[in-house]
Amino acid sequence: MKATVLIRPKEAILDPQGEAVGEALRTLGFAVTGARVGRLVDVDLDTDDPVEARTALDSMARDLLANPLTESFTIEIGTET
Amino acid sequence: MNDAPRIAVVTFPGSNDDGDAMLALELLGAEPVRVWHADAAIPDGTAGVVLPGGFSYGDYLRCGAIARFAPVMDAVGAFAAAGGPVLGICNGFQILCEAGLLPGVLRQNRQEQFICADVTITVESTSSAFAGTWEVGQELVIPIKHGEGNWYGDAELVAALEARGQIAFRYSDDVNGAIERVAGVTNEAGNVLGLMPHPEHAVDSLLGPTGGVAVLEGLLDAARVSVVH
Repeated sequence: MKATVLIRPKEAILDPQGEAVGEALRTLGFAVTGARVGRLVDVDLDTDDPVEARTALDSMARDLLANPLTESFTIEIGTET
Repeated sequence: MNDAPRIAVVTFPGSNDDGDAMLALELLGAEPVRVWHADAAIPDGTAGVVLPGGFSYGDYLRCGAIARFAPVMDAVGAFAAAGGPVLGICNGFQILCEAGLLPGVLRQNRQEQFICADVTITVESTSSAFAGTWEVGQELVIPIKHGEGNWYGDAELVAALEARGQIAFRYSDDVNGAIERVAGVTNEAGNVLGLMPHPEHAVDSLLGPTGGVAVLEGLLDAARVSVVH
């Protein structure tokens, strides 16, 4: 089963990379008022059970993929790429 | 009491300041010993541990996030839990934060640039095992060279660290956006210290400032009285 973990800088956290990207987009003429840069991790799981997969992905995100001090995460199950 | 304490210097894949750490510790009278990240143990008689700077595991995911799973880190964690002094420099600081041995996290510099410069840091607390000869307000000039040295903790964490004297060093000027200009912190027990500046590059006046001597002497002092060997 395929899944994706999306990791974002928490709202209260300054995101210098996002600010630089937003500024670059404005320079290109796009009407952008803000941009935030996160990260995504595509995971292939050796299970067909979405409940089991979500539990495992939640642990993965908490233990390694995201740093809870500065990042939030969301899990998308069964995404086909 | 051991005049030449044995200090384990851990090399991870991508560490690049391990050699300088070995040289600086030797210069200051310690007995540095190389330890490989895949080792399951640190050498008998180890009285202190240094996690050096570099780019362990290519800084993949987040700086230090992968290195914390290196086999040797179990031994380092046990050494720290038993009260042994552990010093993390730059990437070593990042690893200790990711491993939960130090509070907070190191984020990308506010200005989105790698910074390489001599900076002045100030001793903010003398409550750790490293601080026997330090004085609050003492200024040390030590080089930094990092892209992700922007220490972050939320307001609650910063207040708690402040109250317990765990903020060891502050930058005199805001160099990277770190909250409260934090340059180094200790754990609650005071036997684990991490800082972004590189004391191992600042021990010989021939090469520039010598502010690193006080930091490394602090580790040696802590190692000499360490009950863990």
